[in-house]
Amino acid sequence: MRERFIYDPFVLPFMAGFIYILIYLFAGIIKTVKELPYEDRKKLGKSIFSRKIFVSIKEIFIECLIHRKIWKRNPVLGYMHMSIAFGWFMLIILGHLEVQLYCPDRVKLPYFPIFFRYFMMETETTLKGSLLFFLMDFFLLMVLTGIGLAIYKRINSRLMGMRRTTKLKIGDSIAVYTLWAIFPLRLLAESFTSGISGGSFLTRGFGLVFESFVHNEALIRPMWWAYSIALGAFFFALPFSRFMHIPTEILLIVLRNAGIKSRKTNAGYGNIELYSCSRCGICIDACQMSSAAHLDRKTTVYFMRMLRDEKGNIEEAAQQCLMCGRCVDACPVGIDSCRLKQNVRRSGSFHSPQQYQYIPPAETIRTDVLYFAGCMSHVTPGIEKAMRTIFEKAGVNYRMMDEGGGICCGRPVMLLGQEESAAVLIRKNTDIILQSNAKLLVTSCPICFKVFNEEYDLPIPVMHHTQYIEQLLDTGKISVNHTGLSVVYHDPCDLGRNSGGIYQPPRQVLYQVAYVMGNPNEREKSLCCGASVGNAVLTNDQRRKIARDALEKLTEEHPDILVTACPLCKKTFAGAGTQQVEDIAQIVVKAMDQ
Amino acid sequence: MKPDFGYSINQSQKIDLDQTPKDVAAFVLRFEPSFAICIGCGTCMATCSAGHFTHFNLRMAQLMVMRGQIKKIHEDIEKCMLCGKCQMLCPRGVNTRNVVLAIHRFTHPLSRT
Ligand code: SF4
Ligand code: SF4
Ligand code: SF4
Ligand code: SF4
Repeated sequence: MRERFIYDPFVLPFMAGFIYILIYLFAGIIKTVKELPYEDRKKLGKSIFSRKIFVSIKEIFIECLIHRKIWKRNPVLGYMHMSIAFGWFMLIILGHLEVQLYCPDRVKLPYFPIFFRYFMMETETTLKGSLLFFLMDFFLLMVLTGIGLAIYKRINSRLMGMRRTTKLKIGDSIAVYTLWAIFPLRLLAESFTSGISGGSFLTRGFGLVFESFVHNEALIRPMWWAYSIALGAFFFALPFSRFMHIPTEILLIVLRNAGIKSRKTNAGYGNIELYSCSRCGICIDACQMSSAAHLDRKTTVYFMRMLRDEKGNIEEAAQQCLMCGRCVDACPVGIDSCRLKQNVRRSGSFHSPQQYQYIPPAETIRTDVLYFAGCMSHVTPGIEKAMRTIFEKAGVNYRMMDEGGGICCGRPVMLLGQEESAAVLIRKNTDIILQSNAKLLVTSCPICFKVFNEEYDLPIPVMHHTQYIEQLLDTGKISVNHTGLSVVYHDPCDLGRNSGGIYQPPRQVLYQVAYVMGNPNEREKSLCCGASVGNAVLTNDQRRKIARDALEKLTEEHPDILVTACPLCKKTFAGAGTQQVEDIAQIVVKAMDQ
Repeated sequence: MKPDFGYSINQSQKIDLDQTPKDVAAFVLRFEPSFAICIGCGTCMATCSAGHFTHFNLRMAQLMVMRGQIKKIHEDIEKCMLCGKCQMLCPRGVNTRNVVLAIHRFTHPLSRT
């Protein structure tokens, strides 16, 4: 090999973009780390100098380069992401290796490895040379196939298992089109140069083909110019596009592995999550507001974009969500978008310290087990009645905490962003619980269950009635007979996905009383009934569409009964069709009588 | 001094619909159009968590919105816990929680957008 040049003005566009993006990222990292609360910064510092950093590096490799989660969702989509990310990464690594092997003193010049083929001239074909040439061509081909798929995805996203993709904005468009241009231009530049500086099956092959009808020499420099301009433009567009997720996701993984979580503000970690959204659009299909009610533009990805650009009615966008968590489960980056929305809701709320002063002081109820039916069970009295029967048959010393109607658990107000109001309700309910001396709190409503578990500071355990019934059956306090009925179990959002996954207890109970049919929409893939108290703005018509669609999907196999464990889901599904719907407590009571 | 027999003249209950402010109803209707289909049946108040402890009454609040009696609603509406029972039972399918939020918004001018 012989060095032909060490500089050419065509490197300037690339260098300008490169320096710009370096400064931007550096400033961004400093700003973000500064935004983190002190204890988070301490955690971050500690994790960087511990074994955790290796865990992070491994995860960065698997998720940012290989895109394992997207592979799992759809192999073609996975390959598309991997080929571009991993292929490009390998081109960079191998490019630097070439420089290291042939002219180590040039490694200092950032443009040298990028435009290596232009600067170096192939005078001999060594074994290492041919191997590197082959690998470079191989990975270039890999990236090109990925780009080809990406272009095809814009036309027909169904190939990748996606019904909808995100609409582009201007910054995105510039970045997307320059990204699409970079690698074909690189192929052309290297092909035209291959007569001088060699190439392998791809670049050499193309070079020979071109030679047959154009004069390669004349096109060499214009092509390298074009390649450099495309790179530079991509770097300049990066901060204004969704591709910002490439560097940000790396930081997100490091922060997450350091044990840092999103908090009650979106500064710091929340901001990193925001920039890590690749706008892949996977959350669009996951969201029932889109799939059943055709509100595509209300889905998470558009909310994230508005929040990041600080454009549009962000508060309204944050409100238009059932908080079912399906998009959070589907997101390959692991963004807790519900929390981001909740933080926006919180900042836009209005409080009045006077409200709820009318609630009388707690009266003392002495008991072992305290049962909180909750507002929703009060309007589905069948559940409350079934629970009373179960308590009585098990001979438990129980009392109802909200006999004849109590106060709300606080989650509905909290979900609408009014935390101070919720705090009043939480305090009042806590008083009742503490005075009761109870050793256990049982709830029937997953909405209450979640808030009692996460927002109340209680000295006693909280159980959902599915867990409690399982325990009663296990300890032989109650016994059941098989009813012979076939059932489909619906996992309520707030009991399953949103409460860390209470999927097994209800099933353990149901196995003993009925034939449980499987369903594609179970466990973390569970559907929302549409009536969620998380959304106050969805119209009833839209809710009905979601409920009907979910009911149809759940009862495809025509079960005798659709079983739920949430009074709200029960009432909603019962009103959405003719299917018999029952709470798990009711079917257990039925099985006890037999 | 006039003798006080414990009787007095009732304050006029007359509502002059030409004089009542209509902006609150317009605001609430724009914010939550389903408010228009309320038939005043009172199912919502029959189940209300807040109504269990107070005289808070969503049906009345809705009537007062229509009559523009804004002062009275102001204190009342804050009592709602947004629990959603009323919405679950409303035979007309009124999005009652959003109606409450709309009234809330109107009565807190600072948060009106
Ligand atoms: S939130 Fe997650 S799933 Fe949705 S577009 Fe962003 S990265 Fe994709
Ligand atoms: S939480 Fe549920 S309703 Fe809200 S955007 Fe995500 S999938 Fe849609
Ligand atoms: S239940 Fe519905 S229709 Fe009846 S008064 Fe209340 S909001 Fe109006
Ligand atoms: S949401 Fe408000 S008005 Fe409706 S039942 Fe609950 S407390 Fe009453």
